[in-house]
Amino acid sequence: MIPWGETRLVQGNEAIALGALASGVRFFGGYPITPSTEVAEILARKLPEVDGVFIQMEDEIASISSVMGASLAGARAMTATSGPGFSLMQEGLGYGCLAEIPFVLVNVMRAGPSTGLPTQVSQGDVMQARWGTHGDHPVIALCPAGVRECFDMTIRAFNLSEEFRTPVLLLSDEVIGHMRERVTFPRREDVRILDRPIPQTPKEWYEHYHPTPSNVSPMASYGSGYRFHVTGLTHDRQGFPTRRIDEVVEKMARLKNKIVRRLDELIEVKTHNVEKSRVVIFAYGSVYRSALAAQVMLEKKHKKVGVFRPVTLWPFPDREVKELLDEKDVIIVPELNQGQLIHEVERLTSDCVRILPVQRVDGYAITPEQIVQAALEVM
Amino acid sequence: MAAILPYEYKYLRAKKKFPHVWCPGCGIGIVMGSIIRAVDSLGWNKNDVMLVSGIGCTSRMPVYLDFNTLHTMHGRALAFATGVKLANPELRVIAVMGDGDALAIGGNHIIHAARRNIDITSIIVNNFNYGMTGGQHSPTTPVNAITSTSPHGMIEPDFDTCALLSAAGASFVARATVYHVVEMDGLIRQALEKKGFSVVEALSPCPTNFGRANRLGDAVKMMEGLRDNSVTAVKAAGMTPEELAGKIVRGVLSEREAPEYTELYRGLCARVQGARAEVAP
Repeated sequence: MIPWGETRLVQGNEAIALGALASGVRFFGGYPITPSTEVAEILARKLPEVDGVFIQMEDEIASISSVMGASLAGARAMTATSGPGFSLMQEGLGYGCLAEIPFVLVNVMRAGPSTGLPTQVSQGDVMQARWGTHGDHPVIALCPAGVRECFDMTIRAFNLSEEFRTPVLLLSDEVIGHMRERVTFPRREDVRILDRPIPQTPKEWYEHYHPTPSNVSPMASYGSGYRFHVTGLTHDRQGFPTRRIDEVVEKMARLKNKIVRRLDELIEVKTHNVEKSRVVIFAYGSVYRSALAAQVMLEKKHKKVGVFRPVTLWPFPDREVKELLDEKDVIIVPELNQGQLIHEVERLTSDCVRILPVQRVDGYAITPEQIVQAALEVM
Repeated sequence: MAAILPYEYKYLRAKKKFPHVWCPGCGIGIVMGSIIRAVDSLGWNKNDVMLVSGIGCTSRMPVYLDFNTLHTMHGRALAFATGVKLANPELRVIAVMGDGDALAIGGNHIIHAARRNIDITSIIVNNFNYGMTGGQHSPTTPVNAITSTSPHGMIEPDFDTCALLSAAGASFVARATVYHVVEMDGLIRQALEKKGFSVVEALSPCPTNFGRANRLGDAVKMMEGLRDNSVTAVKAAGMTPEELAGKIVRGVLSEREAPEYTELYRGLCARVQGARAEVAP
């Protein structure tokens, strides 16, 4: 089913479906929406071959709900959506964060707001991914920039979701999702699959949210003989609703700390000539590819620029941006929105650094030439 | 009420979670008792029972019961339950919801769960209003009834829950009232035993909100109303439409044999895998 070690021409969304199968996905609940639908279509074909479940639900709210039900019953579970579907899933995403349910949510970003430009490219959902659901919550979001990365990052998203017991977002975009590239798949033995921590305690002692040094509690599944309660109400260690201040504070702190105390395992950035350059392009997703092309074009004009790419968008790589970008003259931030991560870059750099936006919201990709032009204006 | 005592420590999270949130005179606890007795009469292991709910007064029920329990988002009980059931078809999945939870915000999910005929039992406690938020109108609020959001009288027609879900494809549809407890025990048991999507609509008084707003008297008076205004399906079959006007019909209202979804899905997997095995040498 997975072309381990082989070289193929593969589409981004197809690579996500293959990455999910490589991870051992056994439940997909989804609703058709372009430009993410290929993920569902491929899994509809493949999951029955491995006794996995594919179900097309009645809407996106039902999709994310069914995914959480399946995960609580022990299945590696995921959904994929775009645009309006991602908005509809926000309440479920918050439920998953609070109830600490592992699953992967793929959002192949398309231009909005609302129905917007179906189905042209955008990076408009970056802040929605972080803050879209109500309440204060942690979130993990990864952003692929190529087809092989779609495969690898889906596996990583599953591993992180299981290891951290939390939803993980894969923020792809329409260009990456529909792009075809030559991909050499890894060998099976080179891929690491991680499972959620399983309780070792006797059943009568089990606590679904037992505190641990890592802040991640071992997790039993429904039907395993461990009987437990899960709720969207703020809960105590056993999962029962509570308003006791000590229990509420402990829960909220644990949700935060399980992410922010393990940033080294979560944060991934890629840099190209950043240290040697006075001007750096900060780019992610499909725009990162244009940034790399712009870097080459500028080099031919004897202009040296670096490229900084956050691979993990959330939690944001604060330390890396501060360390590597705070001393620069200019940071060019091309984004397919009207300014989202640019504000994070501004937050982490001093006023002497000039931050130059290159933004596009007409549904078309930012070209290397646009970035080159912006760079030439300041160099 | 005495009948619940032998089960108290077996099925209730008695020492942990009580007292419960329900108002004096509320019928939801009676429905909970019926569910306990129905499960007990079937001899099911608690480890195999999965109780899922949404949000609202009725949806607080899972926290009190020592099964596998899942208190989800408003309206989404059946969507979560569908995921649980498909991931572990051995679990006996019961969804408990109120009328607003099941039929307004969750209306889309319930008609599609019925259409799929997935093996889940839905218990809908219908108290004709949103109790938890203070008595607003719901899809089952009768025409002309007063609620806090229909202060001049309800002008929207109400759903016939049982007719709706029968038409949507449910295998088993019944109506009970919390006055007729022994009858409700039996109907819930029948629903649990039935393969496919089964529904029991349990009518229940909300004396705090709906009763007070409509001057229906105290809880006892409202219970007497359920007694006096309802007839069994058997008796209703012999009555004229004029005689039936305003009456609640209790009992099994529809039952059919139809393929169950998780079994169909397992069949599909076998078919796909068989076809592949034939292709491969």
